[in-house]
Amino acid sequence: MTAARLLFALVCGGLFGFALAMGDMVNPARVLAFLDIAGNWDPTLLFFMGGALIVAVPLFQLTLRRANAPLFDRNFVRPTAGAVDVKLVGGSALFGLGWGLVGYCPGPAISSLVFGNPKTAVFLVAMLVGLYLGSVLTRPRIGQAAAA
Amino acid sequence: MEPVNFWVALLGGGLLGFSAWLLFALNGRIAGISGIAAALLTPARGEWAWRLLYVLGLAGGAALFGYVVDPPKVITVDAGWPLVVIAGLIVGVGTRLGGGCTSGHGICGMSRLSIRSVVATLIFMAVAAATVFVTRHLIGG
Repeated sequence: MTAARLLFALVCGGLFGFALAMGDMVNPARVLAFLDIAGNWDPTLLFFMGGALIVAVPLFQLTLRRANAPLFDRNFVRPTAGAVDVKLVGGSALFGLGWGLVGYCPGPAISSLVFGNPKTAVFLVAMLVGLYLGSVLTRPRIGQAAAA
Repeated sequence: MEPVNFWVALLGGGLLGFSAWLLFALNGRIAGISGIAAALLTPARGEWAWRLLYVLGLAGGAALFGYVVDPPKVITVDAGWPLVVIAGLIVGVGTRLGGGCTSGHGICGMSRLSIRSVVATLIFMAVAAATVFVTRHLIGG
């Protein structure tokens, strides 16, 4: 079922990007206008996120309760439920800071690259560097575990 | 900046939610863009190709809407160049430490009713709004 998996990865990514552009979520000015509660507030992101959750919450819940496996793979790959820890809180706060400074989060940054604003490309490159550094920081230290 | 029609925003959101669920129900994977993009930077046997296609889809789908369905799509980035670089780095590192972003925590995690995701979403929303308040109303004037 590898071909189906690959095809639907493309389809799902395509739908996701199409939806982001439809809600103008690819536009940092739109996102910042939502985050600017004390200014000329723009409710678009609220409607968009509301629409997403109205659809996704019942569908995810139904799948999690009724399905034993996804259609094209053996298992659901999902994050292991853990406790709320300093890394989660600190990382999310850092992300919020960066998001509020420019108005880009990862998905929209990738999607809006096609619209040719050079700042999008620079943000994306910096974000990829940050993602790599973050991955290195959060990688389990195999050497230490082996030594212990 | 013209407001986005309420129904267009709601429908766009609904489509995004549907797409996130579809990836989970069909392929069993979480549509967390920061995680998908980060994993593309390191080799992962059997898990690399779908992620590349997903990211290409993200760009292609946006292009389809912005160039064909409802052109033109104007992208406004008010922040200066140094801030763009700094924010990019912070978003990258922060989403890795926090284990997700608006898509993985905000949409998928919330839909799975994950406590970690609800907490993460509340924090990054609040900090982002506070950041805009400080930069626009306290120091930006």
